Amino acid sequence: MTPGLSTRELMFEAASRAYEDAGIDPRKDVQSFVCCTEDFWEGISITDEYMPDQLGAVLRPLCTISSDGIIGLATACMHIMSGIADVAVVESHSKISDVVNPDEIASFGYDPIYTHHHFDADPRFLAGMEMARYLKDTGTKREYCAQVAVKNKKNALSNSRGVHGANIDKGIVMNSPVAASPLTELESSRGIDASIVFVLASAQKARKLGKHPVWIRGIGWSSDTPVVEDRDFARAEYVEQAAARAYKMANVKSPASYFDLAEVDDTYSYKELQSLEALRLAPKGKAGKMVDTGVFDVDGRLPVNASGGSLGVGHLLEATGLHRTLEAVMQLRGQAGRLQVPRAKRALVQSWRGIPTATGAVAVLGN
Amino acid sequence: MRRRVAIVGAGITLFRRRMLETPKELSFEASKMALDSAGLTLKDIQSVVSGSAPDAFDGVHMKGEYYLDGMGAIGKPHERVYVGGGTGVFTPIGGWWNVASGLYDTCLCVAEEKMSPLHPHPQYAFWSIFDQILERPLGTTLLWIFSLEMRRYMHKYGIKEEEIAEVAVKNKGNAIDHPCAQLGAKITVDDVMRSEPICEPVKRLDVSPPSDGAAAVILASEKVAKKLTDQPVWLDGVGWTLDSTHWTNRDLAYPEYVEKAAKMAYKMAGIKNPRKEIDVAEPYDPFDYKELHHLEGLQLAGKGEAPKMTVDGVTQRDGDLPVCPSGGLLGVGNPIAAAGMMKICEIFWQLRGEAGKRQVKKDARTGLAQAWGDLMQVGTVTVMRS
Amino acid sequence: MSQKITSYQGHEITPDEVKQGKYLDIVYKFEPKYSWAAGVAISRFLTELKEGKIVARKCHKCERILVPPRMYCEQCFRPTDEWVQIKDTGTINTFSISHVGTDARRLKTPILVAVVDIDGASPGMGILHNLGEVEPSKITIGMKVQAVWKRSEERQGAITDIRYFKPIES
Repeated sequence: MTPGLSTRELMFEAASRAYEDAGIDPRKDVQSFVCCTEDFWEGISITDEYMPDQLGAVLRPLCTISSDGIIGLATACMHIMSGIADVAVVESHSKISDVVNPDEIASFGYDPIYTHHHFDADPRFLAGMEMARYLKDTGTKREYCAQVAVKNKKNALSNSRGVHGANIDKGIVMNSPVAASPLTELESSRGIDASIVFVLASAQKARKLGKHPVWIRGIGWSSDTPVVEDRDFARAEYVEQAAARAYKMANVKSPASYFDLAEVDDTYSYKELQSLEALRLAPKGKAGKMVDTGVFDVDGRLPVNASGGSLGVGHLLEATGLHRTLEAVMQLRGQAGRLQVPRAKRALVQSWRGIPTATGAVAVLGN
Repeated sequence: MRRRVAIVGAGITLFRRRMLETPKELSFEASKMALDSAGLTLKDIQSVVSGSAPDAFDGVHMKGEYYLDGMGAIGKPHERVYVGGGTGVFTPIGGWWNVASGLYDTCLCVAEEKMSPLHPHPQYAFWSIFDQILERPLGTTLLWIFSLEMRRYMHKYGIKEEEIAEVAVKNKGNAIDHPCAQLGAKITVDDVMRSEPICEPVKRLDVSPPSDGAAAVILASEKVAKKLTDQPVWLDGVGWTLDSTHWTNRDLAYPEYVEKAAKMAYKMAGIKNPRKEIDVAEPYDPFDYKELHHLEGLQLAGKGEAPKMTVDGVTQRDGDLPVCPSGGLLGVGNPIAAAGMMKICEIFWQLRGEAGKRQVKKDARTGLAQAWGDLMQVGTVTVMRS
Repeated sequence: MSQKITSYQGHEITPDEVKQGKYLDIVYKFEPKYSWAAGVAISRFLTELKEGKIVARKCHKCERILVPPRMYCEQCFRPTDEWVQIKDTGTINTFSISHVGTDARRLKTPILVAVVDIDGASPGMGILHNLGEVEPSKITIGMKVQAVWKRSEERQGAITDIRYFKPIES
């Protein structure tokens, strides 16, 4: 939490570091800036008004998209691919510490006519319902979800950003207070503050700038229906669709064996399992058992959320996708310190926009 | 690898102060009409870009997620772009980069706004666009910033309110011929001058109304566009710029952000002399003086000279540079994001000769649409050619 | 519009129909609450306002003196360097007389609002504030004004510690 800094000051810090790392001057070298924000999390209408100055984007092309950070990366890619930019900047942040009643805002995302006003409940009730259906349809054991929280919080202890790292066991997780049954509080990620800035460049430019370029080989994003009653709660269809697009672009034929590490959505514990299956990193209904037997541990066959994910580090609203990407990029550059997955060359990142959406994005990164 | 992108269909709903339709239904009507006009179905659409301004109006957090089914985006890649009032012209720019990048061949771009849900008056949402600490405690409303700018513009160039009122007269008159218009009417400069002062020098007839409405266009790559229609309208130039948050540190008399956005679009479209090469223009006119202000930023008039152009009739439909033949926001209505898209649709129809009674006299081959947004910050510009 | 299109969709609802309850509606009062961190720059600005002073930040590279103060210079893209106390007088850059409130309701007494370029800051560095003790018809661009402060025990460290700006008698 960052009560001493305003949102803009936080962004300035992140941007300065990113530009230093890339060796660029935003006033001269950048042709497009993309910010991923949602008005109500900021408490401002038309958030893009407050974006340009601290990013060095005054009188430059800056736009806001109300979408997840990875979709922001996709937008910057499209700017570069269409030739309108050689260097593009993507920013997203969470300043959840400024929000006094986040539940009220999260609830406000539900359909105003059919859903919102009929339930005076914690907005996570949707996650609880989805989790219950997922467990039943896939035959996944309840304790496997708890193991996700155990794994990720343990991983986060080695991450300098691991605000919510902890050494706990399944029992503690399952006995923690109920958030929205069967989901418990320790299986529900908590919000923290951060600002993340990425600098992207065309191939030609990238070779001249920066010492550690990481390549986006494929990217895809998709949305399932906003009508929650119409969804198949057992599957993350939006992830299946986004992954299919990203894999096609990157020519990934067998995702289960292609990647060295993956950073996937774990906003809630069961989401990691559901996403792994949608990403085809685990067969249907098998992700739970694989997590439980250590396949996805840091020293397992395919480290998933070695960073600690959102459960171990914290949830970053729209910036969650950029957080997943940041952790993967650090790994691919060999700069992940104690978390380093040896010889990491290919990473998968995936995010979800959170309740009550069914929108997510997937990116394939490589060296 | 840039590809040429064309608009192949357009659709629009009525614009009214308050409509029965929900945001999803408004989006559906506009999208369906656009698809029908292009001879396409939803299956043919590969990606969707939506535009809508403050969530506060429709009354849903993350409204881009809420209305996406009305826009046919289920199972498709969808992004919502949002640059305040500039969103309406920025939405097809979003579609442009989806197609020009080579990722997708077709893109549905929909702009929707439903301002009526906000009570007691949609105006209230605009209070929350101001700085929480330094400005809101003073009781700010959006009208303040416009009236401050209008005063500065008039002072710097010695422009009279009567000259500015000519724009309201022209646009509301033009809007009589727009089937979806909310406020088409025959008024006089006198009517404008005698209308009640809201925030001096702004008077009631100088302002556009809050509205509900939606509009949509379909974009396609060159190959696909040529198969679909004999008359694609090419989106040859796009540009956008955002100026500093600190609007009280800027001289409001001239919109530099519009100039920069326009130059970005002109460069892409290969336009060297905008005044000669642009045949018809739809600059953003939420207030009458804004049309003039923006014409100057767009380099279509010298600084302080746009009023004379209006008074001389140059910007009438039968003039040398017809401006807002649709009736603009002043006449058709102002559902924030949809209003800018309405202008895109208008240029689309003008360049195809399909604008009926609104068709400009000259042979229009190159058109321009522009929108503005935020705290006098955003300029979004598109240049289109038939 | 395309002459080929013959009908346009949309059903209008009039205010009377709404009053008569002709259509179903759902009313909800959304009350998001925020506690925005003012940050380093504005916290200091507000603290100084409580003392009856206006402070600005200076960027040594472009040498601009910036108000409202910020810790980064947006033109040079670098941190700003020092605090500078500036005056509480200024010049009216532009002004307006508002007859409506935030929710578009008509006001009995109009609010006078202006952008005041503050003396001591770089040219054109204005802040938004109200005007007072002046006849609306006498306000001009270029008029010299002076801040009227709340009494020191009433000040809270807010922009409203300045009640308004009034013309300086010459």
